[in-house]
Amino acid sequence: MKLLEKIKKRKKSDIIFDVVVYILAILMFLVVAYPLYFIVIASVSDSTLVSTGQVLLFPKGFSLFGYQEIFQDSRIWIGYRNTLIYAVGGTFVNLLLTLPAAYVLSRQEFRARRPLMFFFIFTMFFNGGLIPTYLLMKDIGIIDTMWVFIFNPLTVNIFNLIITRTFFESTIPKEMFEAASIDGCSHFKFFWKIVLPLSKAVISVIGLYYLVWHWNDFFTGLIYIRDYNLQPLQIVLRDILLSNQVFQEGAGSGGTGGGYAQRYADQIKYGVIIVSSLPILILYPLIQKYFEKGVMIGSVKG
Amino acid sequence: MSESAKEVSQPTSISPKKKKNFFKTIVEDYQLWLLILPAIIVVIIFNYIPMYGIQLAFREYDFTAGLTGGEWVGLKYFEQFINSHMFWDLLRNTLLISLTTIIIGFPAPIILALIINQITWKKGKKILQTTVYLPHFISIVVLVGLLNVLLSPNNGLIGLAVSAFGFEDTNLLASVKAFVPVYVLSDVWQHVGWNSIIYLAALSSVDPQLYDSAKVDGASRWQIIKNVELPAIVPTIIILLILNMGTAISTGFEKIFLMQNSLNLPVSEVIETYVYKIGIISNQFSYAAAIGLFNTLINFSLLLLMNYIAKRFFKISLW
Repeated sequence: MKLLEKIKKRKKSDIIFDVVVYILAILMFLVVAYPLYFIVIASVSDSTLVSTGQVLLFPKGFSLFGYQEIFQDSRIWIGYRNTLIYAVGGTFVNLLLTLPAAYVLSRQEFRARRPLMFFFIFTMFFNGGLIPTYLLMKDIGIIDTMWVFIFNPLTVNIFNLIITRTFFESTIPKEMFEAASIDGCSHFKFFWKIVLPLSKAVISVIGLYYLVWHWNDFFTGLIYIRDYNLQPLQIVLRDILLSNQVFQEGAGSGGTGGGYAQRYADQIKYGVIIVSSLPILILYPLIQKYFEKGVMIGSVKG
Repeated sequence: MSESAKEVSQPTSISPKKKKNFFKTIVEDYQLWLLILPAIIVVIIFNYIPMYGIQLAFREYDFTAGLTGGEWVGLKYFEQFINSHMFWDLLRNTLLISLTTIIIGFPAPIILALIINQITWKKGKKILQTTVYLPHFISIVVLVGLLNVLLSPNNGLIGLAVSAFGFEDTNLLASVKAFVPVYVLSDVWQHVGWNSIIYLAALSSVDPQLYDSAKVDGASRWQIIKNVELPAIVPTIIILLILNMGTAISTGFEKIFLMQNSLNLPVSEVIETYVYKIGIISNQFSYAAAIGLFNTLINFSLLLLMNYIAKRFFKISLW
C-alpha cells in the first residue's frame, strides 16, 4: 500500500526517468556480463555446438577436453610458475619501496616534501621512452633475468604512492607522532609499530593493485625476455590465444603438431582464458570491497 | 642534547610557524630521508636515467660508448623520420586512435556513473558495479584473445550474430574499417566501469542539502542531474581530461600491438608500435629513440595545452 502511494505521489516524468535508467542499467549489465559468462559456458561445452552457435545460455554437451589439454601442457605451468614468482617478489619490492616513501611524503614537517613530490609526479608525465629505457636495462645487465620484472620504471607506481600518502595523511593524526616522539619513539619505530598496523586497508589495496599488475604484465616479457624458461604467463597466453600455437609441443598425448581443427583450438582458448584469469577472479571479491575506498582516498587531494 | 630538543619540540606543536631548532630538523629528517631513499634511488635509476638517455635521439648509437657516448648528429634522425614515407600514416593512425578513444571513451564513465547513482535498488546497484568493474582486471592478452574468439568469422559469437541478422559475415579483426571501432569499443567495455568509480566518489560527496533544496524547488530528476550532480563532478572531469590527454597517445601500445595483423596494418601501425619494431626488433636505436621522443613531445604538448585551457576557462589546473 505504502509503495503504491509512493508511486502515485511521484511525477510522471520521474517514473519515465526511472524506467529509462533501469533499462540502460540492465543493458550495460548484459553487455559486460554476457561475454564473460559465455567464455565460462563455452569452455565446458562441446566445441561443435559452440562453433555452430547453439551454446548461448547454458553449457551443452559437457566436455572438459580443453581443460585436459591445458593441464597436460608444460608451457602454461612454466608461465604460471614464473609469473607467480615475479608477482610475489615484485609486489614485495613495490611495497617495500612505496610504503616508507609514502609515509615520509605524508609528514607535513618534512622540508623536502614538496620538491620530492614533484620529483615523483614528474615521472607520470614525462619519460625517457622505450629505447633509452631498454638500453639502460641492457647496460645494467638485467635483460633476460627475473629482475627486470621487479625493477623497472613502474617499480614505484606514482598513483599508488599518492593513494598511500593520502591515506596516511588522513588516518594518522599529526599529534600521534608528536606524542610518540615525546616517549622517545623514532620515525622508524613509529612507522613500523604504529603506522603499518593502522594501515592494513591501504596496504591491501595497493598490494593487490601491484599484484594484479604483475599478473597481467605482458610488456616486460615482450621487450626484455628471450629465454623460454623465463617467459611469464602472459607471453605463453599470447602464443596460445593469438599466435594459434595450440599445444604444438604439449607434453603427453594429443599434441600432434598443432593439427587440431579450429573448433578444438577455440575450446582450448576458452579454457586458457579461464585458467589464466583464475587467480584474479579469486582475488576479485577480496579486492572489490577496497577499490572504491582506494580511489576515494586517493582522489581527496591531487 | 635530546633533552633540549624535546623542549624545542613542545612549543612548535603550539605555534608550528616558529622556526625549528636546526639540529633537531636534521636529526628528524635524517630518518625520514633514510626511509624515502630507496624509492628515490630506484626512480632515479629507472625513470630519470632514461630521460637523460633521450640524448640518444641526437647521437649516433655506439655499442661501445653506451647510452650517451656516441657522436652528436643533431636533428638528423628527426629529419629522417619526418621525411620517411611512414610519417604521415603513423601520425594519422596515432592521432585517430587516441582522439577517438578520448571522444568515445572519456564521456562513457561519466554517463555510467550518473546512471549507477540513480539506481535506488541497493542490491541491483551492487551487482551492476561488481560486474562492470570486473573486465578492468582482465589482462590485455586475454582481452585481445577474447576478441579473437568472439569476432572470429564463421564460428565466433559476434560473427554468428551478424550473420543471423542477415549481414555478411566479415572478418572484423582483419578489416581496415573495423579496427578503430573494435579497438575503441572494446576499450570502453573493459574500462568504463573502473573509470566510473572516481566519478561515483565525487558524486557521493555532493551535499545532501543541495538535493533537498532542489526537490523543494520542484526540480525533476533530470534537472537534478543537470543542475546539481553534473556541476559537482566538473572539477574531477577536467582533471581527468587533462591527465587523459597527456597519456592518450602512449597507453594503447600493448593492445594495438596484439591486435595488429598484416591486413589491418595500414590503420593499426602507430608511432609506439613502430618504435618497437625499429628499435627493439631491428636495433636502430638512435632512429627509434628519435621517433619515441617525437611521440613524447606530442603527448607533453597536449598535456600542456589542455592544462592551459583548463586553467584559463575553468580555473582548474594540475599545477
